[in-house]
Amino acid sequence: MSIFLDSSSKVIVQGITGSEGTKHATKMIAAGTNIVGGVNARKAGQTVTIAEQELTVFGSVGEAMKETGADVSVIFVPPKFAKDAVIEAIDAEIGLAVVITEGIPVHDAAYFWAHAKSKGNKTRIIGPNCPGIISPSQSNAGIIPANITGPGKIGLVSKSGTLTYQMMYELRDIGFSTCVGIGGDPIIGTTHIDALEAFQADPETDVIVMIGEIGGDAEERAADYIKANVTKPVVGYVAGFTAPEGKTMGHAGAIVSGSAGTAQAKKEALEAAGVKVGKTPTETADLARELYKAL
Amino acid sequence: MDLYEYQAKDLFAAHGVPVLPGAVASTPEEAQAAAEKIGGQVVVKSQVKTGGRGKAGGVKLAENSAEAKEKAEAILGLDIKGHITRRVLVTEASDISEEYYFSFLLDRANRTFLAMASAEGGVEIEQLAVERPDALARVAIDPLEGVDKAKALDILTQGKFPEAVKDEAADVVVKLWETFVAEDATLVEINPLVRDPQDKIVALDGKVTLDGNADFRHPAHEELVDKEAEDPLEAKAKAKDLNYVKLDGQVGIIGNGAGLVMSTLDVVAYAGENHGNVKPANFLDIGGGASAEVMAAGLDVILGDPDVKSVFVNVFGGITACDAVASGIVEALKILGDDATKPLVVRLDGNNVEEGRRILNDANHPLVTQVDTMDNAADKAAELAAGA
Repeated sequence: MSIFLDSSSKVIVQGITGSEGTKHATKMIAAGTNIVGGVNARKAGQTVTIAEQELTVFGSVGEAMKETGADVSVIFVPPKFAKDAVIEAIDAEIGLAVVITEGIPVHDAAYFWAHAKSKGNKTRIIGPNCPGIISPSQSNAGIIPANITGPGKIGLVSKSGTLTYQMMYELRDIGFSTCVGIGGDPIIGTTHIDALEAFQADPETDVIVMIGEIGGDAEERAADYIKANVTKPVVGYVAGFTAPEGKTMGHAGAIVSGSAGTAQAKKEALEAAGVKVGKTPTETADLARELYKAL
Repeated sequence: MDLYEYQAKDLFAAHGVPVLPGAVASTPEEAQAAAEKIGGQVVVKSQVKTGGRGKAGGVKLAENSAEAKEKAEAILGLDIKGHITRRVLVTEASDISEEYYFSFLLDRANRTFLAMASAEGGVEIEQLAVERPDALARVAIDPLEGVDKAKALDILTQGKFPEAVKDEAADVVVKLWETFVAEDATLVEINPLVRDPQDKIVALDGKVTLDGNADFRHPAHEELVDKEAEDPLEAKAKAKDLNYVKLDGQVGIIGNGAGLVMSTLDVVAYAGENHGNVKPANFLDIGGGASAEVMAAGLDVILGDPDVKSVFVNVFGGITACDAVASGIVEALKILGDDATKPLVVRLDGNNVEEGRRILNDANHPLVTQVDTMDNAADKAAELAAGA
């Protein structure tokens, strides 16, 4: 098992004809993902050959779903057009929309999230500005390198792409059920809490690793959730202890405002919820390994 | 990007939010001329991007233009919480009957927007929120519906605004919402929003934060950047499209991915505890690509920082292959030639790591030391910085 994505997932790519879309569709197919088509309204009806597979470019997400039974869309559309692309996916009621695009205005993200809510949240949104989700050896929806590690019993949820890769690498001796990169923007679809809830329910996940960073209070709310609802062992890591106030550290959402959003506050909240928090990624991985071996 | 008060008020005025007449001045003479033009009593206000200006002596009343010049002389150059005043805003002095608070902002936790309103304005809002939470209304705004007059009246009622001003204040609130949306702001705040003796409503102060991700639809926002106030290294990095933040330590940092770089800063700071308390000198994310050109540009910025004693290049090859990164480092050092003078500690891991390490070993550059793990590499970089 896994969460949100598995071997039965049928994946389409919005923006498949763009350079990023083509490049990562190739990698996703190589990782065993069942890619069933792409979407680009201006190139509807054409076909593209990716990794020796001939894929149809559909005019809309709805049409692609009708023709192929797709239930996951990975979105590589540039920031200017991303809002409309996500709304199209929501209106088509696809089960999962993974928004890789970096640099989407926060008003656009607020708008498509409100739109998703008004449609009854039938579409799970991951991202924006995220590396996507991988259930190793089953399916890979996004840009996470599939060759870092294989399947195993750890579940990983992270705001950061490269820290996701680093943690997968550190724990490659055990492997992962699913790794979800939820993204570093101020407004994101799937949260730490959503992933924690799913990992708690997933019989194939034994230990959960949660990576956070400065900005907002998502880690603090996740800590409250863990205390009340999660019985599986959780290990945490928070990046950004040395970040100064008022400076955005790469991710649009990674900013300490006054005393809000500091790494220290997040670490304390997690520890108060019984989560072991590592000082470095390597120490965090060691903590996860110890807990896993003690099971 | 945070705006100065005068910039915020210009945006307000452009969208019909009432502000008092005023002009920005960077010399006492300009302040005098501005006061002359306004006539009568004026207020001279320090333009810095921080709160507590009044308490620090950055806001003064002047009876006439000669006095405005004197006040400007005193305020220009004033250090307010580390922000040096380089401009003052000279505005008409107003008679204030009451002070209110109003803002629209991003509500990350609820993934929507929020209006905050209080009839008790003019004080620090963080303080009001803690001491008298009931006096501060927080109203969620649905981005699909926005704020019309009925919604504005509802917010003001919850904020306990007096009946006599509600109607006019609601018009101001609708225009403020238009400003928030049209300019892609993540914060528009008026504190205080004042009622004058004639029951007119006016924004006496203004705070605006703009979303940099939306710059592509606001070419005019580029002009709001205060290039003089930018750190020269940050400006240089920005010109090369690098994501760089200057910090005050001695270990230069280059990494790929925002999270990994943030983490690298922390790991270096911990390692520094054992090496004379050296700290990271910067944040620099070269992104997924990490080509030779980007690596050279990054190294060029970091080596231009006189505080930097050693450099830590921390790359996890995910999408990027380590051999490409290693070639980038070798090429970058060639491009920089004699300008590269500080020791480099390189940690490569992930995709094609063996080949990457081999390339660096073969190049055998005298400044480069390879260390296999992030924690040990941080320790080495801190040690080199402390010993320099």
